[in-house]
Amino acid sequence: MIYQAEVFVTLKSAVNDPAGLTIKGGLHALGFDSVTEVRSGKYLVVTLDAEGEDQARSRVEEMTRQLLANEVIEDYRIELQPVAALSPSPSGGGRGGGLNA
Amino acid sequence: MRTGIIVFPGTWSDRDCAHAVGEILGQPTRYVDYREERLDDLDLVILPGGFSYGDYLRCGAIARFAPVMEAVTDFANRGGLVLGICNGFQILQEARLLPGALLRNASCEFRCEWVNLRVEQSESAFSLDSRPGQVLRIPISHGEGNFFADRETLEAIERNGQVVFRYCAQDGRVTAESNPNGSLSNIAGIANARGNVVGMMPHPERACEDLLGGTDGLMVFRSAIHALARVAA
Repeated sequence: MIYQAEVFVTLKSAVNDPAGLTIKGGLHALGFDSVTEVRSGKYLVVTLDAEGEDQARSRVEEMTRQLLANEVIEDYRIELQPVAALSPSPSGGGRGGGLNA
Repeated sequence: MRTGIIVFPGTWSDRDCAHAVGEILGQPTRYVDYREERLDDLDLVILPGGFSYGDYLRCGAIARFAPVMEAVTDFANRGGLVLGICNGFQILQEARLLPGALLRNASCEFRCEWVNLRVEQSESAFSLDSRPGQVLRIPISHGEGNFFADRETLEAIERNGQVVFRYCAQDGRVTAESNPNGSLSNIAGIANARGNVVGMMPHPERACEDLLGGTDGLMVFRSAIHALARVAA
């Protein structure tokens, strides 16, 4: 079974995020004064073959801890879906059943 | 001092290091390919600066899993001398051979300039030839040298005397103005608890000749020579 994992990697709240601060400054310069904080991060999409959802999740957890995130400075969140659920529908819509109906 | 200089895809300071250690100090020096698995012939291993693997994902994150890194870890654990400069420092942290991490500079700018460093301890293998409080002038060249460690780790590093260099003013005062990248406690270089592994963001290999603006970087390499002589004695 093919799964697609979305891995969201963000800096821990105690870690300064100079890129986020700079982006916040840019938003303020554009007049978006209501913005109080911007945190930047990484978004990774990993497609993998696994025997089931549990195995897919534990594999992605393992690869995230080893390489994709550095737990000294970063937190992560993983969202997993079987790829079949992401395929375009026969009627030609985009991703995800029903989203484009 | 048989010196090995590790070359990863994207390393750029390897020849500068070989020039400093091999030509200026006259030590036997060889390049070590990132696919090599044995370092038994060496006394000192240098991980030079650069952009290994394009700095993709995080600086040093991919290089840390290059085949040679298992040998580097064994070498360090056996007490071999290991110096990580700039990207090499980032790799040693990713490999957990040194604590903490290096974040993007607080300014979000790449900083390439001469800085002043205050020597904090002369016990490590790469600071033996200095005296605490001495001020060195050595250049930096990086976009991600902003030292970070959680509070507990930072306290342990300070308590154990693992901070080797701090960014400072010309007179040795550690000030916010002299901090080029936002590093916690102005930390520019640290050692492991044993003192045989050191990582530093500034480039000592670029400060070994008057022609290039200064020779304060020689201390770092000469210290390693003396650390080895001390072990052999």
